[in-house]
Amino acid sequence: MIKFILRRIAVAIPTLFVLSVVTFFLMHAAPGGPFNSERPLPASVMANINAKYGLDQPLWHQLFTYLKGVVTEFDFGPSYKFKDRTVNDIIAQGFPVTLTYGFWAFLVATTVGISLGVAAAVRHNTVLDYFAVGISIGAQVLPNFVMAPLLVWLFTLGLGWLPGGGWDGGGFKNLVMPVIALSTSYMASIARLTRSSMLEVLNSNFIRTARAKGLPNRKIIFSHALKPALLPVVSYLGPAFVGMVTGSVVIDTFFSTGGIGQAFVNSAFSRDYSVMMGITILVGTLTIAFNMLVDILYAWIDPKVRL
Amino acid sequence: MLITDQIVGKDLGEVEIAGRSLWKDARQRYMRNKAAVFFSVILILIALFTVLGPLIAVTDYETIDFSMIGQAAEKGQPSIANGHYFGYDDEGRDLYSRVIQGTWISMLVGVVGAAVAVVIGTLYGAIAGYFGGRVDSIMMRIVDILMAIPFMFVLILLLVAFERSVTMLFVGIGMLSWLGMARIVRGQTISIRNKEFIEAAQASGVGSFTIILRHIVPNLLGVVTVYATLLVPEMILTESFISFVGLGVQPPDTSLGQLINVGAGNLQYGTIWQLLFPLGFFVVLIFSLFFVGDGLRDALDPKDR
Repeated sequence: MIKFILRRIAVAIPTLFVLSVVTFFLMHAAPGGPFNSERPLPASVMANINAKYGLDQPLWHQLFTYLKGVVTEFDFGPSYKFKDRTVNDIIAQGFPVTLTYGFWAFLVATTVGISLGVAAAVRHNTVLDYFAVGISIGAQVLPNFVMAPLLVWLFTLGLGWLPGGGWDGGGFKNLVMPVIALSTSYMASIARLTRSSMLEVLNSNFIRTARAKGLPNRKIIFSHALKPALLPVVSYLGPAFVGMVTGSVVIDTFFSTGGIGQAFVNSAFSRDYSVMMGITILVGTLTIAFNMLVDILYAWIDPKVRL
Repeated sequence: MLITDQIVGKDLGEVEIAGRSLWKDARQRYMRNKAAVFFSVILILIALFTVLGPLIAVTDYETIDFSMIGQAAEKGQPSIANGHYFGYDDEGRDLYSRVIQGTWISMLVGVVGAAVAVVIGTLYGAIAGYFGGRVDSIMMRIVDILMAIPFMFVLILLLVAFERSVTMLFVGIGMLSWLGMARIVRGQTISIRNKEFIEAAQASGVGSFTIILRHIVPNLLGVVTVYATLLVPEMILTESFISFVGLGVQPPDTSLGQLINVGAGNLQYGTIWQLLFPLGFFVVLIFSLFFVGDGLRDALDPKDR
């Protein structure tokens, strides 16, 4: 187990290194710096600014300083756009927001998706099954950026129940639409995966044995069938997580929730490179960490896998 | 099964058993899948619409009717009578022409993105799989590393760092899409590598790259086709996502994602058609592509035989 984790970390470090170097050079290859405004600044002022942010140093030196700051002090440097804020400030402000609705969306997608899939498999070829299959096929074409405007159209403009955006400290009304918009398509995929693997498990020999010895149906499903049926779902959790983090970009811009997605898009428009880099590296780290967790969970469920 | 049906069904003397190629076989299986056939027809209709649709448009996608600017909510409704079937957008442009243009760009991004993935992914995967050993493990480790990178963020970085254009979108999306293809192709190549015909080619002194191009890649076409069709809707989704955030193609060009974004932004002004027309096209397009991809997979997947 410990060996497995160490090995994964050994792969994670070059991955993050490649990611930081690639983003770093992308940013520096870009035409137009963050301080190029419509009115050109006097050369002496530019030189001062460049000196303050270390932009007059050779590139490799800048990269080294940056990476050293990130690794030793978890410091992503100053924002190029907001003089009084560091990248850490901006991330610290947006991240809890993203984490809150991301957590709820993840919870909704997995619990609703798994329940729907299990119900559909247990009541195979009934109305409930067709309903679940219909939903999961339909939701394939309802990614977050399609769901978000439709939800606002229905709940804000049509029924007037929910506010069309804003965060308000994470109030229930502000959470509903971001969570639904973010989770729908993943919920559908999880439901489909659960249904097909549950059907397969329910037809296997050990379930027939359990039925033959007269176990109640509930016990068969929950203590025998569910665990092996969830394996494909568990391996889908990694991609689902990445999808939801990426989806936060849409949720934040559409609902003005103020998470890191919004910070990312704003910094993309204002060429605030240090913020973009910081968020990309943060998301990369989270992705790698989450995938590792998923692998550990997988090994815990599946006795055939030995870490 | 089909062959035996035919033989049993008719007098044995009359039946001449024609050899059927893999593709003919697959086509028959595909034609029996009703949903897939139905949605391929829809797909062809959408493609025809993007080509023929402009013929009955009143104005092209860039022409601005200055008297309509800011009046879309009151006077810009869809109307058969004045030829603006899908109404106006907020800048006084004909939404019908814009939806056609958006659909066209979205389909183009999907096809080109998938094509780039096919070329790079197939070659990369075939080379890694054919040579095996250290070459394989280094090449695949690189794919592993790249796969762990959150691509949407890097793609946005790419679009911001260089100019935001359709070409850059093509390049960016294509470059990020070949990883999955490379993995699948590598797996397939490993299973072909030790077949007799490869051995025969090696024995008669054919060079490695000729073997890959002439003997391995043609045998991968089935898998590659299936995966490429499933990639097309994914590419369209990616492009729409980026355009929805406002970082995609530049005006006056447009894409379905951007039209959905504009329509969604104007919701509160009561111009719902600006959202529903592009959204409808998007949903039908993606839906059809998924069904066609599924149908092709059922028809071509070697695992099912």
